Amino acid sequence: MPETEENIRFHEVFHIEGGNFTHAGAISSRVKKILKDAGFPGKIIRKTSIAAFEAEMNVICYANQGNLSLLIAPDFLKVVVKDEGQGIPDVDLAMREGYSTANEKIRELGFGAGMGLSNIRKNTDEMILTSKLGQGTHLEFTVYLDRQETELSSE
Amino acid sequence: MTLKEVKNILSAEVISGGEDLEKEIKYAFAADLLSDVLALGRGSGVLTLLITGIVHPQVIYASNIFDLGAIIFVRGKRPTEETLQLAIENQIPLLVTSYIMFETCGLLYQHGLRPSIPKVKNA
Repeated sequence: MPETEENIRFHEVFHIEGGNFTHAGAISSRVKKILKDAGFPGKIIRKTSIAAFEAEMNVICYANQGNLSLLIAPDFLKVVVKDEGQGIPDVDLAMREGYSTANEKIRELGFGAGMGLSNIRKNTDEMILTSKLGQGTHLEFTVYLDRQETELSSE
Repeated sequence: MTLKEVKNILSAEVISGGEDLEKEIKYAFAADLLSDVLALGRGSGVLTLLITGIVHPQVIYASNIFDLGAIIFVRGKRPTEETLQLAIENQIPLLVTSYIMFETCGLLYQHGLRPSIPKVKNA
């Protein structure tokens, strides 16, 4: 469903500074808190927050800067992450589990297992990833509120 | 088992959340990569213990997403000051044990803790 101004109930934009690991994860925590305070079901909160965390990390690890927008509509949650940076040379390859271009510093921090993008895909109902080399990456994902019993039944 | 039993089994030191030692723990998972915490933690919740060697603040942010019950650091690794503060803010108890990860997992399994998810769906 395309979002229109009328059906977006909430919209907040967070700035992400590339290369600054100090508070990496803080924005996803904010997203989680907003969703929790809004009273969404635990599973919806978890799926969206995991995907947001991965996306936030990707900007910090690989881009110069970016924005993460959280949109809440009656039927879905949407997160849009736009960054300015090196971009992804081969999006299909980047989506492959285990594929990573993380440097030593990123790996030392415990990131860079090559699971991020596929983890986003697994936790969301729709995911769009486009990238322009040398310019940046655009990622957006959607979690539908009426599709809770999807493939994520790990309990 | 309670967090107190976890502490005793692993001769662990409680770094924060000492008031929560009666908290019930039923499940656990172990990971040294944050990406794996994010991938394996799904389905987890307040009854779950994270066993890890990651000591920087991101381990708290990640744990917070799953509302994990507690974190135990293995190999005697100690959280950074910032990690500790975040854990206190988010009310996540932290423990430290000298045991290596394998031994930590083995001892806890032997005493009845079970995995948060036993295996991944598709490798």
